[in-house]
Amino acid sequence: MEWMQIGALIAMGLMAFAMWPMVKRWRENPVEAQEGDWSTAVFILGLVALFVLMLIWSVQ
Amino acid sequence: MDQRTMRQASVAGLSSLETNKVLKNTYLLLSATLGFSAVMAVMAMALNVPTGAYLICMIASMVLGIFVLPKTANSGAGLGVIFLVTGLLGFGIGPVISLYLSMAKGPMIVATALGGTATIFLGLSAYATMTKRDFSFMGGFVAVGMMVVIVSMIANIFLQIPLASLGISAAIIMLMSCLILMQTGAIIRGGETNYIMATYGLYLSIFNIFISLLQILGIFGGDD
Repeated sequence: MEWMQIGALIAMGLMAFAMWPMVKRWRENPVEAQEGDWSTAVFILGLVALFVLMLIWSVQ
Repeated sequence: MDQRTMRQASVAGLSSLETNKVLKNTYLLLSATLGFSAVMAVMAMALNVPTGAYLICMIASMVLGIFVLPKTANSGAGLGVIFLVTGLLGFGIGPVISLYLSMAKGPMIVATALGGTATIFLGLSAYATMTKRDFSFMGGFVAVGMMVVIVSMIANIFLQIPLASLGISAAIIMLMSCLILMQTGAIIRGGETNYIMATYGLYLSIFNIFISLLQILGIFGGDD
């Protein structure tokens, strides 16, 4: 399945190409987090992770 | 109320109206594109399109999304391009869904992935809309995270480690969740004024969460 690997590589290359301007912009103009911002974000992402674990448990 | 305060209130009111309009148009277009993708996916499944079509459709939609959509997003043609992009992604995902449906617990896995994706998106969007918090501070984290994920995906094309693909899928769900918060926050705060580009960003986040959930649930709920 060599052509599949080549196709996947092209897709990844395009993805990196699309992401690059965003990476550059955020490196040049970083936005500082205010107090409590990261703890809120971690809490929300924790909820998402718990929800995914619950979905895994439901299909087993 | 003096003239300056009245003007500020009027500008704030107008800005709020503009934001609501962008948000409403984004959600309307998002619903339409998701519906169109579903129709295209069903069509691909009915036509028994081979799995390889997923990659071809994904590359074609990425080329359109990167090079054509940003140039047409401010005109009516942008609407046609976004339907073409999302239609291609929907058509490409059809054979992948067929593959999962052929597994023992396939229908349950696909339904759970669909329901899970909808719940994650609606929950995060509702939170970002209600709090009106600025989530752009996560930009650097998401950008670096995405680059790490892309490098890991390239490495795993050759290494084919199942545990690595599980980790990559989990990381994508987390990063796309951050992106939904950031993109919805940007619309609410007036940072994103083009509803076509806003729809494209949210659509890609939803699509990636669905694919990643499908993969994770396929690994844990599969009949291997």
